[in-house]
Amino acid sequence: MKGVLSVDHLRVEFATDGGTATAVQDVSFSIHPGETLCVVGESGSGKSVTALSLMRLVEFSSGMITGGSLSFVRADGTVLDVAAASPHVMGAVRGNEIGMIFQEPMTALNPVFTVERQLTDGLMLHKRLSQDTATAQALELLRSVRIPEPERRLKQYPHELSGGMRQRVVIAMAMACDPKLLIADEPTTALDVTIQAEILTLINRLKRENGMAVLFITHDMAVVAQMADRVVVMYRGRIVETGTVEQIFENPKEDYTKALLAAVPKLGDMKDKLAPERMRLIGDEADRAAASAPKLRAPQVLLEVKNLTTRFPVKGGILRRTVAQVHAVEDVSFTVNVGETFALVGESGCGKSSCGRSILRLIEPTSGEVWIGGRNIGALNRHDLRLARADMQMVFQDPFASLNPYRRLRDQVAEPIQNFDLASGAELEKRVLHLFDRVRLPREFMSRFPHELSGGQRQRVAIARALAVNPSLIVADEPVSALDVSVQAQVLNLMMELQEDLGLSYLFISHDMAVVERVAHHVGVMYLGRIVEIGPRAAVFGNPQHSYTQSLLSAVPIADPRNRRFADDLAFKPITSPIFPLGHQPTPSVYTNIAPGHIVLNA
Amino acid sequence: MKRFGSAKGLIGIGLLLLIALVAIFGPMIIPPDAATAMDMQSRRSPPSFTHLFGTDQLGRDLFYRVLLGTQTSLKIATSAVLMSILIGLPLGMISGYAGGRTDNVLMRLVDTLLAFPALLLALTISAILGPNLQNTIIAIGAAFTPYLARIVRGEALRVAQMPYVEAARSSGTTDAMILVRHILPNILPAVIVQGTISLAFAILAEAGLSFLGLGTQPPAASWGLMIQASRDYLDIAPWIALVPGLAVALTVLGLNMFGDVLRDVLDPRSK
Repeated sequence: MKGVLSVDHLRVEFATDGGTATAVQDVSFSIHPGETLCVVGESGSGKSVTALSLMRLVEFSSGMITGGSLSFVRADGTVLDVAAASPHVMGAVRGNEIGMIFQEPMTALNPVFTVERQLTDGLMLHKRLSQDTATAQALELLRSVRIPEPERRLKQYPHELSGGMRQRVVIAMAMACDPKLLIADEPTTALDVTIQAEILTLINRLKRENGMAVLFITHDMAVVAQMADRVVVMYRGRIVETGTVEQIFENPKEDYTKALLAAVPKLGDMKDKLAPERMRLIGDEADRAAASAPKLRAPQVLLEVKNLTTRFPVKGGILRRTVAQVHAVEDVSFTVNVGETFALVGESGCGKSSCGRSILRLIEPTSGEVWIGGRNIGALNRHDLRLARADMQMVFQDPFASLNPYRRLRDQVAEPIQNFDLASGAELEKRVLHLFDRVRLPREFMSRFPHELSGGQRQRVAIARALAVNPSLIVADEPVSALDVSVQAQVLNLMMELQEDLGLSYLFISHDMAVVERVAHHVGVMYLGRIVEIGPRAAVFGNPQHSYTQSLLSAVPIADPRNRRFADDLAFKPITSPIFPLGHQPTPSVYTNIAPGHIVLNA
Repeated sequence: MKRFGSAKGLIGIGLLLLIALVAIFGPMIIPPDAATAMDMQSRRSPPSFTHLFGTDQLGRDLFYRVLLGTQTSLKIATSAVLMSILIGLPLGMISGYAGGRTDNVLMRLVDTLLAFPALLLALTISAILGPNLQNTIIAIGAAFTPYLARIVRGEALRVAQMPYVEAARSSGTTDAMILVRHILPNILPAVIVQGTISLAFAILAEAGLSFLGLGTQPPAASWGLMIQASRDYLDIAPWIALVPGLAVALTVLGLNMFGDVLRDVLDPRSK
């Protein structure tokens, strides 16, 4: 059977200052109607460039298709070589016969047009509909993507919609002209896990109902397992392996695919494990990963957070008075033991990052107490607070932004040591050297600048910097979320190894349930500023009691194609706003004991 | 350091070197009185072998006048711009980094100054202080300071929100050290760009002041003064405007090229 689209030896080059760079070469695959083909790869694999080439959109970012053909079977049955088509013909194909969904739903919609205008423009252009029929059609589209209150949404602007609804509008736009092929470029990467589940379900249903072909670009192996019929694995601009989803996951042939799969934390992997365990990576010495038997020590409290509350003012009016408050962190209490990892999980806006920053007083909490090593952090003056920070350090999410681009790495790692006058001269140099060894970075990196390193290497530098003053607590705010999956696994392993060797405690803030299951001893699930469930990792994952924890766990994609969860329509309760009028007195958090240490917020 | 060796860098450095040499040694090669002696017989004569660049409306040799003017123009422009950086940079950095009330007070002050056209401000200051070289520098420098402070403040505000600043704070770095080690290097590119543009405007601002009798006083020469004086003869003796105009253009071109390259050299990412 001939596919809707056949790519044959595609080659794409980009013009750069230093000559041409080949982004994609020798890429061939085809997609059939009613099929989902997932193109998976890490950053720089050329997967997005491939997707953009199919629409000839690479040309708008100085790219050139320099070889191969892209045969697309048009609606009237003729075959079009997209690589050689005129711009005029492409205009008729784009958004009409091929639809596209982008990663960032906010930037894919024009902020100054209403939803109606965004939807009807394409219909009026491609289908030559009148304004009225186009509007009627737009309403129909919104219904088909299951947006609540579609009539009202037509008149709204993108900023008035939630992230999930925006992505539904983007999908409605892509579906507007009944495309034969839908290209989805990381459509759920910027979304929360429950919204991701909804969107994946929606794409599955639309594919089923319309019989269209879906080209799904992603970096997430778990999403691939859930969505794909066939998989194309890409690495450095070339195809590594192609096969059905079962073949790829159960019987991968190439080493790269095997390594990629080994690096993916799979929810449920840790079911019968007592303590966090490093991931077994291909090429890692197997015994080193396995040898680390959990050290049993009597739990000893390091950090105690009592009734922590942080509110941000919402300013409004001409006089910029405070008109309302964001209750970012609301009556949160938990403890972190010495040498253990406490994970805060939740979706964006749940207050998990604000909680971590409030503990370090990078933002000032409204009330509550934070005790670490017998000191109340909240009661310290500026001078003492600065000194106290030697005991608690932070690792940030974005390794590209958390290092100063103008300073050499040696100076950045040395800075905390100098701040507290712990060493100087040769002694300082020795300590920095040791730190680079500790995080397994080559010593010659010391005199380099951040831009010369990859994301994973930078995150190692950030960890070395956090370790520099021998802290007992490290607050890690989404430390692996911005990293490629193989690098993510290495950094997680490094963090676990450092914990075993140095007895570090982590407050691990993450949205990724599978990662949290891997690293945490104890877990707190946050929702709307409160911890709704808290307990040992095995209890929270194995016996979730709060309805939010349950829906969160049911929304996580699992990296196993035989365990698919996104067939039926899913609709999770949308997260309500944490903004309350001034003077609002929230009720205190009251918990019910389920088991020792496992407590659940009362509704 | 190889970026200085690019074509752009070489041309920029070459031009600036040439201009600097002219500014320093130019006045030495002028025969006594050659730049100031009027010769009514040969006024507005086009370029020739006796007068390489022609003569002006009073018959003075334009070649020597340009040489004479180089030093004045550059001295005023560079000093004024340096002054605006020395005041505007710390002001903007503190304002952007501290935020809150400090920011509000400083920026309202800056806004007040920005409400006046820069030249009018310079004019007023110069008129109050009295026209001489030093006061011209102060007047232009003061007029340019609010613009620089505004730009620096915006950049500082942006950089202050970067995670590496938060990281520095969380690892116990003091505010002063954050300003010097983290904020300053990251806003320097913007300051360099603004500085080179300001230099060009400063040369012209000096011209404006001189024209109104509040800048360089005749018979001393400056490029701006020469351009202003040429105004009435543009159609019959365009070279009177062209010669100092070219001097300004070449200086600005050299500065911009040098500024671009300097910014690249300072940026570790471009190596």
